[in-house]
Amino acid sequence: MIPLEHYLVVSAILFAIGTAGVFLRRNLITILLSIEIMLNAVNLSFVAFGRAQGTVDGQIITFFVMTVAAAEAAVGLAIVIGLFRHRESLNPDAFTSLKW
Amino acid sequence: MPETLLFYLFSGIAIVASLLVIGQRNPMYSIMLLIASFGALSGLYIQLDAPFVAMAQVIVYAGAIMVLFLFVVMLLNAPHEDAAEWDRTHPLRSPGVGRFGAMLAVLLIVQLAWALARASGVGTAVGERGDVAAISSVRQVGRVLFTDYMFAFEATSILILVAMVGAVVLAGREGQR
Repeated sequence: MIPLEHYLVVSAILFAIGTAGVFLRRNLITILLSIEIMLNAVNLSFVAFGRAQGTVDGQIITFFVMTVAAAEAAVGLAIVIGLFRHRESLNPDAFTSLKW
Repeated sequence: MPETLLFYLFSGIAIVASLLVIGQRNPMYSIMLLIASFGALSGLYIQLDAPFVAMAQVIVYAGAIMVLFLFVVMLLNAPHEDAAEWDRTHPLRSPGVGRFGAMLAVLLIVQLAWALARASGVGTAVGERGDVAAISSVRQVGRVLFTDYMFAFEATSILILVAMVGAVVLAGREGQR
């Protein structure tokens, strides 16, 4: 069997990749995708911890995270569409002013 | 050792695909690679005796959320990242700030590695405790979800409703409001 530690390492690596994507990329869509990577990394550690404890609670928290991810994607993409309509750009630096 | 091999295969696919997601210039390729990463993660969930989560991962994440992203990318028709002149002269791009950010990143990695190295009881195999039949059964998941987590479940339904209304309001055209 695979030790819990290995799942946690995979989860940490995925979370670090997602964080790097949020900070390094200059495209709103890719930033939202990086947030999805981070949420999935957390999901993996939830399920791994739940399995190690022998309960289903980890899986249930994962469902709630998935629901929040779906809501976040819908609202985030709606905001992206609205911003793109105003500035014709997806670069987050184009939206530094609060009012236009 | 097929289990160990599968674990390394799935986690390798997930990590490499995620790295390529943030390395792509074209968001369309990023979305396709992220779907591959989610598929590999659902393989890991099956190894963790969570088949329902694995299926939800494929259907909800790879099916619904990624299709939503694909629709928006195709709708906006702006596939490539633009690197404007003011982008390179941005104040946050100065070397001092960059060095500070790199230091913070290294610090975060050291901290994660330190926490993992010091954590006790993580070296034991994952699947030793609990009854596999009870953990992997959808019946048990549903029973716990609709009894112990009833309030969270209902709150989630309100969250979905609010998100739906918010998305419609935000993405709707100004003249139609």
